[in-house]
Amino acid sequence: MSEEVFYKSISELEKMLDSRQISAVELAKAFIDRKNAVDSKVGAFISSNEGELLESARKSDERRAAGGKLSELDGIPVGLKDLLAVRGQKLTCASRMLENYVSPYTGTAMKKLENAGALFWGRLNMDEFAMGSSCENSALQTTRNPWDLSRIPGGSSGGSAAAVSAGECAASLGSDTGGSIRQPASLCGVVGVKPTYGLVSRFGLAAFASSLDQIGPFARSVRDAAVVLKHIAGYDRLDSTSANVPVDDYPARLSPDAFAGKKAGVPKEYFSSGMDPEVRVIVEKAVEKCGELGAEIVEVSLPHTDLAIPVYYIIATAEASSNLARYDGIRYTHRSSKAGDVVDVYFKSRAEGFGEEVKRRIILGSYVLSSGYYDAYYLRAQKVRTLIRRDFENAFESVDVILAPTSPTTAFKAGEKSSDPLSMYLSDIFTINVNLAGLPGLSLPCGFASDGMPVGLQMIGKTFDESNLLSYAYAYEQACGWNRCNPKL
Amino acid sequence: MADSAEIDIDYVAKLARIELTPDEKEKFSRQLGQILGYFRKLSEIDVSGVEPSAHAHAVYNVWRDDVEGEPMSVEDALMNAPAKRDNQIVVPKVVDDA
Amino acid sequence: MPTRTNRPAAGTGATRNFNAMSETKYEAVIGLETHVQIKTRSKMFTSVAHRFAEPPNTLTDAVVWALPGVLPVLNFEAIRKTIELGLMLGCKIPEVTKWDRKNYFYPDSPKNYQLSQYDMPLCLGGSVEIELPAANRSEMGEHRNVKLTRIHLEEDVGKLTHFAHDSLVDYNRAGTPLMEIVSEPDMHSSAEVFAYLTSLKNTISAAGISDCDMEKGQMRCDVNVSVREFGSEKLGVKVEMKNLNSISNVRNCIDYEIRRQIDCLKKGIALVQQTRRYDAQSGTTQPMRTKEDAHDYRYFPDPDLMPCKISGELLSSIRAKLPELPFDRQRRYMNDLGLPYSAASVLCADSALCGYFEAAAAAYPKNPKAIANMVVNDLLRELSASEVSEKSCADSFEREGHVPTSEKLAGCRLTPENLASLVKVVDAGTISKQMAKEVFVEMFASGESAESIVEKRGLKQNSNSDELEKFCIEAIKGNGKAVEQFKGGNEKAINALIGPVMKASKGKANPGLVLEILKKIIGGLQ
Repeated sequence: MSEEVFYKSISELEKMLDSRQISAVELAKAFIDRKNAVDSKVGAFISSNEGELLESARKSDERRAAGGKLSELDGIPVGLKDLLAVRGQKLTCASRMLENYVSPYTGTAMKKLENAGALFWGRLNMDEFAMGSSCENSALQTTRNPWDLSRIPGGSSGGSAAAVSAGECAASLGSDTGGSIRQPASLCGVVGVKPTYGLVSRFGLAAFASSLDQIGPFARSVRDAAVVLKHIAGYDRLDSTSANVPVDDYPARLSPDAFAGKKAGVPKEYFSSGMDPEVRVIVEKAVEKCGELGAEIVEVSLPHTDLAIPVYYIIATAEASSNLARYDGIRYTHRSSKAGDVVDVYFKSRAEGFGEEVKRRIILGSYVLSSGYYDAYYLRAQKVRTLIRRDFENAFESVDVILAPTSPTTAFKAGEKSSDPLSMYLSDIFTINVNLAGLPGLSLPCGFASDGMPVGLQMIGKTFDESNLLSYAYAYEQACGWNRCNPKL
Repeated sequence: MADSAEIDIDYVAKLARIELTPDEKEKFSRQLGQILGYFRKLSEIDVSGVEPSAHAHAVYNVWRDDVEGEPMSVEDALMNAPAKRDNQIVVPKVVDDA
Repeated sequence: MPTRTNRPAAGTGATRNFNAMSETKYEAVIGLETHVQIKTRSKMFTSVAHRFAEPPNTLTDAVVWALPGVLPVLNFEAIRKTIELGLMLGCKIPEVTKWDRKNYFYPDSPKNYQLSQYDMPLCLGGSVEIELPAANRSEMGEHRNVKLTRIHLEEDVGKLTHFAHDSLVDYNRAGTPLMEIVSEPDMHSSAEVFAYLTSLKNTISAAGISDCDMEKGQMRCDVNVSVREFGSEKLGVKVEMKNLNSISNVRNCIDYEIRRQIDCLKKGIALVQQTRRYDAQSGTTQPMRTKEDAHDYRYFPDPDLMPCKISGELLSSIRAKLPELPFDRQRRYMNDLGLPYSAASVLCADSALCGYFEAAAAAYPKNPKAIANMVVNDLLRELSASEVSEKSCADSFEREGHVPTSEKLAGCRLTPENLASLVKVVDAGTISKQMAKEVFVEMFASGESAESIVEKRGLKQNSNSDELEKFCIEAIKGNGKAVEQFKGGNEKAINALIGPVMKASKGKANPGLVLEILKKIIGGLQ
């Protein structure tokens, strides 16, 4: 394949670097050139750090020359969603509130990537504080879908998905609270993995909803995603919710025969209604393909699926209302110049610093926790969350993996939906269950709709079963190769 | 469960310390009313005897030993401060209240 | 499940036939929320240290500042110490405990929520034994138990310094482990509150959980006061007074507030539930501005922290090493060792002093009383010689802000064993009690043993009866008047004879022996 270098997979780039076909500095320059060529249209980057990238690429070349390659990621430029902490880099959460904030420390997953020799490349756009499904809630940047620039890239990690899709970085990190990795991956035609809650440390991830958030990779192939995940996963003493489980060598365990003798469940509730018919057909075909690859396809039931939206939006907004209280105009955020007294600093800084969707969710979250409503909303939502978890536990007693659509539609036109928050919330129906149950889920390309937009297949695995989950995805990808299609930019 | 019309937007905005414009108040009241109305389906399910899940996978006794670590430098700590003096954060005069 | 708006409501305290006020018609009911900083190497949720009076913002890290992306991790030692106190105070330790977020905005609170415990605290129930003052300070007062509601673990906030036009915030203190000890409304006077705080302080410091120095903010309390007609079962309207930072403020504030509330009741003015601030300058309390949403804390379980299961093994291991409670120790000193209350109470207010005393008493078990007196009188006097305002007394609050006794004892050259040796040589009649005072001062300064000082300075008491008899005869000859008075029945007159004997012996005469000889000779004269 004579692909452009920026469309190559990490494994291909690693070979080129190892064989001195290309240097890390040349590779970095190729991505810088690509970003300069297309990002005025795509708008994935909130900010970029060309100088820093070239400097770290030079160091990577030195390591390789000295025979001291740190890992298969050494010299590979990786983009970061703009809510991940790296010392000396900006961290805006795509918000006016943190527009000028620079992190004085590096989070755990990023430190691990750094130790693996990966090069941080750019700060990628997102919905403000990860609240949204289209990137339209970014206060700082407009991002469009590389497959059709009039459409949204999905969200909240829309910049991370678009940057990989457009070849502006080899891989990227995003975060997934209710589908924020899988949905934009689906809409931009790339692979996105939301790991089991607790597999990747959250230390250094600006929290949206602490009990749901996970960091995960975007990549051009399942194998690439597996490589990145391997390097960011693992127990961390700085995150009390981090799981003390061993991390598999995911790429080494990938097998094209993964489906042989396995049972794949299809939740009947997911294929009922509210789904674009074309998307439905494409996903059903993908499921059939998995059957051809050896999986026994069985129907499973997740009876509490229709309650996931209220449960999710109660828990996520409640936690967010508290997590975002620290952005107050006092210590490190935007402070209103109109504030007279300290109480004013809060009211005015938060009024000026937060965008509309963030305000709406903070208000909703404060309401469901407030005196007199806690039991009816928050406590009840936590109980129904237990029922949703049990749905999956029951399903996984009879199947090894669950196959589902990622998003009910392909990417919609910018501005089409953002005025109606409830309908936006409803489009998260296929992804939020996975966060509520704390399970691993991924999305990988499984075809294109007639409008040319990519469709994603979601695979949901058992707790901490990333190894098998990635392997199922790999088997499908090897058989179909949808991931090798690239947008024309 | 509370009716959608009941949301006291002024009270909740005050709890959240966000100054809302009259337009925002009207809009949020309406939208949140709609959302809370949709949430009402939660009240239809029987959750008696169901334990609440505060965590995706709860484990117990995640704690650390009492070992002293390095502090952050004052420069790093204050590098994003909107106003500082004498190595401290400056805020408009605080009137103590309860 | 408690209501969402307030802390779980404290139960009604038992009505007691006790009234500390002159207004016999009314009774005050008082409950305390006492915050105590726990002595640990690191903060509650992160590894940076906490210490008093360090340069601003030098004891912080990303977690303390609540920067985007940080997470808390529990400090086990703070949990262990809270359980330890709970067990000392007879609390029930529930099997499962968890942490909750208490949401409110204030510049000293970096996250704008405080990590605390709402409905599943570490310790439930229990009580604090208190000793009420007796009419005379040398006598032991009445003892009773003040009931506790709970003890929970949370984190401290930063410190605001107010200036004319703005305020400065220092986050060194933010995140310090903080216990909140909540009493039932089970006290009725400032004297009881004083006794309660004293007992808590002595108990906590005896266990090394905290130094409880109010001047350093290591112990602070919010006081709830209500007044009702005597005999009434129903509690009156509760007024809360926040963050009283010295023991005298606590006392004065309570006394003022009780008077104020009684005045209102007498005049028929309705009392309102409110928070008031004590103004130490005017000695009055003033209502604080309270927002309508002030108590809607929106508690919910912290998703960043996991719950804790307190195992039976952990409880037994803590229980096995529990220190003796100060009042148990006081009873043991008085009953088993025969110490007077005056000495026992001073010792038991300070566990470092007790440790010293017990080491000395172990070295010479024959006379614990004399050792205790020497520790309480001579040792404390010498230890405090460099500090102007300190004195030996049972009131541990009076020693606040000074170097703790434990530190002073660590730097003290006089070992407990040497102190015991001094008592021993006195008991043996080798030197007089009078002489012992001087020897003590020298031992304290040099660290030398009593024997070596006595030897070096030739202080050994003269017990040579033949020589002393000569001195006595001389003294009797020269003081005929005193002899006559003694004969006439005035026992004290004999003291006039001892002086000349001591002088003749250069102060070394054994006073007991001298007295014996004098009496014998005078008796022989009759």
